[in-house]
Amino acid sequence: MDSRITQFDELAGADGRTRAPYRKLSQWLAETPPELLASRREQAELLFRRIGITFAVYGAQEATERLIPFDILPRILARSEWATLEKGLIQRVTALNAFLADIYGAGEILRAGIVPADLVYRNPAYCPDMAGRRVPFDIYVHIAGVDIVRTDDQGFFVLEDNARTPSGVSYMLENREVMMRLFPELFALHRVAPIENYPDELLGTLRSVAPPRANGDPTVVLMTPGQYNSAFYEHSFLADKLGVELVEGRDLFVRDDVVYMRTTEGPRRVDVIYRRIDDDFLDPLCFRPDSALGVAGLMGAYQAGNVTLANAVGAGAADDKAMYTYMPDIIKFYLGEAPLLQNVPTFRCREQEALAYVLDHLDELVVKEVNGSGGYGMLVGPHATRAQIEEFRAKLKAHPQNFIAQPTLALSTCPIAMASGVAPRHVDLRPFVLQGANGARVVPGGLTRVAMTEKSLVVNSSQGGGTKDTWVIDDAWSAEEAMGQA
Amino acid sequence: MLSRTADNLYWLARYMERADFLARAIQASRRLAALPKAYGGDETEWESVLLSSGAALSFDASGRPVDEANVIEFLTFAPENPGSIRNCLEQARANARAVRTALTIEMWESINDAYLEMRALESRGVVPCAQELARFLEVIKQTSLTYDGGAYRTMLRNDAYWFSRVGLFIERADNTARLLDVKYHVLLPEKEIVGGSLDYFQWSAILRAVSAHTAYHWVYRTSMKPWLVADLLILRPEMPRSLISCYESIVRNLDNLARAHGRQGSSQRHARGVYGKLEKLNMESVFQGGLHEFVQSFISENNRLAALISEQYLF
Repeated sequence: MDSRITQFDELAGADGRTRAPYRKLSQWLAETPPELLASRREQAELLFRRIGITFAVYGAQEATERLIPFDILPRILARSEWATLEKGLIQRVTALNAFLADIYGAGEILRAGIVPADLVYRNPAYCPDMAGRRVPFDIYVHIAGVDIVRTDDQGFFVLEDNARTPSGVSYMLENREVMMRLFPELFALHRVAPIENYPDELLGTLRSVAPPRANGDPTVVLMTPGQYNSAFYEHSFLADKLGVELVEGRDLFVRDDVVYMRTTEGPRRVDVIYRRIDDDFLDPLCFRPDSALGVAGLMGAYQAGNVTLANAVGAGAADDKAMYTYMPDIIKFYLGEAPLLQNVPTFRCREQEALAYVLDHLDELVVKEVNGSGGYGMLVGPHATRAQIEEFRAKLKAHPQNFIAQPTLALSTCPIAMASGVAPRHVDLRPFVLQGANGARVVPGGLTRVAMTEKSLVVNSSQGGGTKDTWVIDDAWSAEEAMGQA
Repeated sequence: MLSRTADNLYWLARYMERADFLARAIQASRRLAALPKAYGGDETEWESVLLSSGAALSFDASGRPVDEANVIEFLTFAPENPGSIRNCLEQARANARAVRTALTIEMWESINDAYLEMRALESRGVVPCAQELARFLEVIKQTSLTYDGGAYRTMLRNDAYWFSRVGLFIERADNTARLLDVKYHVLLPEKEIVGGSLDYFQWSAILRAVSAHTAYHWVYRTSMKPWLVADLLILRPEMPRSLISCYESIVRNLDNLARAHGRQGSSQRHARGVYGKLEKLNMESVFQGGLHEFVQSFISENNRLAALISEQYLF
């Protein structure tokens, strides 16, 4: 796992022979004139702009609504590859959930000395108000986004768990719709597993965790911070697909520990809130008193069991980058199984020995803030200037516990279509895992994020990364061939 | 439905209707102002456009001289005029974005397309030339047609649709009434001069502003008479921009809402009252009581209805 290993391209493979899942695409690309690709790229841009799929980038004044670059070539996984991934994802999210139920309950894993107690209790995302309380059906993580990378065709690594309010699923769904409009001929060539049932699965998941007094017909709403939030498009898109009201804090109020929304017909009871707003802003009486986005008394209603919040308050305690390093142990502790998806080897800078190594190898490592997200607050050693490295060295020495470090991974690449032709770019994958009282599931695929600049490893959309449609296709080629490729 | 959503839909419809009215009023006035003085062409025309669009005060505050270029720019692109077409469109889009889930894709796309076109025009940073302006006004008219058509053809007939229709007709009634109010002096019967009038082109400009120029001839089959122009815009139920036609629609849509919510309220009663008065009215009594006074009182009754709707549906 060091940066010298040869780069793995998902189309070309390690040996330059086209990998089986990409064989048809590769042939199609060879036969397709560049003008056709160019015109499809233009059409795609037009479609996205018209539908209004935009993303707000913080700090970019002139471009408050920007399109996320979309690449028209699909990223392809074989069903057999997906099957491994799917099992691993469900295993991981099940363990995350068991861990949360434990740290807000009996705390067995802490007493067993597997995870240091201070790492949990001093974690800013740990919510003391939730300690000793049970949430409906003991489910904390209803929707998880797990970031996956690969470096060869052997297996997958988990880069990050997102157990708070992971975003991006609207791009997964819209990318597919746009691709189906642009490339009907490619869909005819491949048998692509559908993902359009995601909103139904999500609604089913949310309904399954409603409080009992909803009597089987719960009112579900999606709560957004409002139209100036960077993911507002996704919020309105999902509410529409789910067929539920898109509410802001000011649309809700709490009376006698019951949540209501203000409608033209008077107050209407709310049972399940899929909230796309952070814990801190949920309830000004309980968290930040200056929050105008939340609802006074919401936590009271939640703790009284009259409303279900998805994801649960305090779920973020499981997904920070320090906890990540303990995930293999967490999986073993709760499930008695070996992890199916590997962690990227990670140095915990809070540990003396690790810190010393990290400080010595800053130019080779990726250093991340434990509580950072969206690609902010991170150092990519091999691409950083001397000054940036020194700046991070100072930060590390001052607060080592706030950082982890990982080797710079040779992330796999996929072809993208640019004005100048087809070229490989680094990618990752965010599948979305749902967990309800009715079980856990993943729709086949996820959001592939791609670093649009050559050699760049940063795929975050806030940093100029783009997206691609992700296909899981039947292994139509013969079994031996697949074996030969592996 | 969420009260905030209802409020957004109601105002969205009002902004779209207002943008459309402004575009038509500007086009009609340009035509009139381009005539020789002897035919009624006059710079005062631009003052009356400012008045009928309710922008006179904010225009005065801007300290610009009243001339064609200034007034058109102010009504079309000026960011400092809260009622300019660009601001209507921007507001409409902000509202539409906030209630995307209540709109059909056709409605959203028509607003978004117009908005993108406007942004493209603005982003060049130069004042659009006459031709570009004319094109932009056409785009606005076209947008209101596709938006309206989109709503009519694709929306579910539920409270989202009814709130949106109520907003449209309240705004339309307000626009027609303001236009009448500013031009009432040329519509009085004693102004008629046998054998043609200097005001002829004024009347035809009024009709054009509400796209009723051809409709007049089909309804009356006679040459232009000012009191008939007033009759057409106030009392003819078959004229879609007449006050009575707007109120017929308002009453119907409010009744649909009341049925869905299982409750009649003060807004339904008030709307029925206004409609009932219009039904019993004839033009002689309007002129007897004073056209100006009639229009003034209508505008305030219409505003009162808007306030009652807010109250009843918790906006």
